[in-house]
Amino acid sequence: MIEVKNLCVDLGEFVLSDITLNIDVGEYFIILGPTGAGKTVLLESIAGLYPVRSGEIWLRGKEVTGVESEKRRISIVYQDHVLFPHLSVKDNILFGLKMHNASADEQKSRLDWVAELLGISELLHRRPDTLSGGEKQKVALARAIVTQPELLLVDEPLSALDLETRESVQQELRQLHKALGITILHVTHDFEEAISLGNRIAVIGEGRLMQVGTPEEIFRHPNSEFVARFAMTRNIFLGEAERKSSGDTVFKVDGTEFIIAADVDGTHHASIRPEDILISTEPVRSSARNCFPGTITHIADKGSTLYVTVSIPPELSCLITRHSFEEMELHEGKEVYLTFKASSINLFD
Amino acid sequence: MTLTFLLLGLLIFLFIIIPLAKMIFASASEAEILWKTILDPKVTSAIGLTLFAALIATLVGFLLGVPLAYLLARHDFPGKRFIEGLIDVPIVVPHTAAGIALLFVFGRQFFLGKAFGTVGITFVDSMAGIVIAMLFVSIPFLIDSAKEGFKKVDVRLEKVARTLGASPWQAFFRVSFPLAWRSILAGNIMMWARGISEFGAVIILAYHPMIAPVLVYERFETYGLDYARPIAVLLILVSVLVFIVLRTIAYRGDKS
Repeated sequence: MIEVKNLCVDLGEFVLSDITLNIDVGEYFIILGPTGAGKTVLLESIAGLYPVRSGEIWLRGKEVTGVESEKRRISIVYQDHVLFPHLSVKDNILFGLKMHNASADEQKSRLDWVAELLGISELLHRRPDTLSGGEKQKVALARAIVTQPELLLVDEPLSALDLETRESVQQELRQLHKALGITILHVTHDFEEAISLGNRIAVIGEGRLMQVGTPEEIFRHPNSEFVARFAMTRNIFLGEAERKSSGDTVFKVDGTEFIIAADVDGTHHASIRPEDILISTEPVRSSARNCFPGTITHIADKGSTLYVTVSIPPELSCLITRHSFEEMELHEGKEVYLTFKASSINLFD
Repeated sequence: MTLTFLLLGLLIFLFIIIPLAKMIFASASEAEILWKTILDPKVTSAIGLTLFAALIATLVGFLLGVPLAYLLARHDFPGKRFIEGLIDVPIVVPHTAAGIALLFVFGRQFFLGKAFGTVGITFVDSMAGIVIAMLFVSIPFLIDSAKEGFKKVDVRLEKVARTLGASPWQAFFRVSFPLAWRSILAGNIMMWARGISEFGAVIILAYHPMIAPVLVYERFETYGLDYARPIAVLLILVSVLVFIVLRTIAYRGDKS
């Protein structure tokens, strides 16, 4: 178990405060946050490379807050690889083993093992500046795991890569985690990357921890406007929840009443994911409790999918496939119907 | 515009090259005098002393200057700009004034002079005096060059090294130092070259034993231009030769 307790880190212009995380052994844990939120500094603090203002870091039952970085057994992989430019790939990988005084036999066997695991045996005698971005990332990963750390920190490992390489390295990370059972703490600003890789996600922003949960929880039930926006939820509203005498609870916004599944009242935020809204040219008979007529005000073409904004009011953004879009002959100004379940509406303060 | 710049550039280039070339070619026509100068033990020992004292000054500068350069490159602290400015002061201070300032600290009756005197090291009219005079006026070149070299080394390389088990010392000697080495070497060469050419500060602290620039001055004052010129030529030739060799080594390192 890796425990971060009430960690406060001074970032000069702002403070990252009260960060508490409990990461299970073998977990793939994601820290998600916008650029400049202090994610890298948080990783460096956990690795002992950046001083903390207060708080504690525990690794497998031992407090390591004041322990030197070289004694923590925590490896780090940076976004732009940060390979030692004056050393060959082989010497980059062997660096940690030499620092730990591994015998020549152990160095050789570990080098062979990690080179095969990551498919970089052919690169061992190359210099870092002759490698592609994906190759560099693999070497950086090899260098980090060859010492068998307790925790692997990865800082935006896919951001500097092109789309194709990104998918391959993403797959590599997934396989590495599965094969080694290593605990990984991965920071990113990319929500899709977080959803795709993480067992759990912690969202940080505005200098603090906003929400911790499974990808499903963050995706479906963001607990704040910040997380909802980060989770790419387009439809976020501020309105009034009210219990009706009929037993239903409604959420009132811009004069429209959505039926919701929560039993609350008062002012709240509500979010609805665009893909949870069904768009049709005729009213749809279904178990969904919410069905409203509206007018298309905007269409954003994303290639195979389109975002269609419909004013009920309020304006709701819906995601549909190009096939459906063409079949219904949708265009701006057209009258349509929007249908969605009460449970699709997520309420937060 | 290019033509104008070319002409202006040519003017300053000729300004540098003509006096040196004229002196060397004039001496070449008097090969016998030059040869006699080469064989003059007073001249050869002065040139040898100059090169050696500058080398010692560079070694001392390396040992003391590189750590300071690293600290300045890696850390921000109040007054850092001021300290960086102070380090460059020896470049702008007239060197005779620098010599007098050094005399006030290392002279026999002053505190450091007295302290070193108790262990048998004196700085007035001695090799040690020549070395500290050279050190004082040339150390900014090494510190500035090494500092820029360390700044170019990504601090995260050291951080990665630390997470891989390297102590701060190991991270320095295995990562930062080898990566900044070319800038440090270039700074060493500049410092050594500046040390060889020093006259003003040395003559105040140590007229004797005589280094080559002082000998040139003495011959010029006592016997005139014809006697000073061959030593000057020899000093220039030796300096340029060593300078070229060292720059070539540094350039090769740069390419690799």
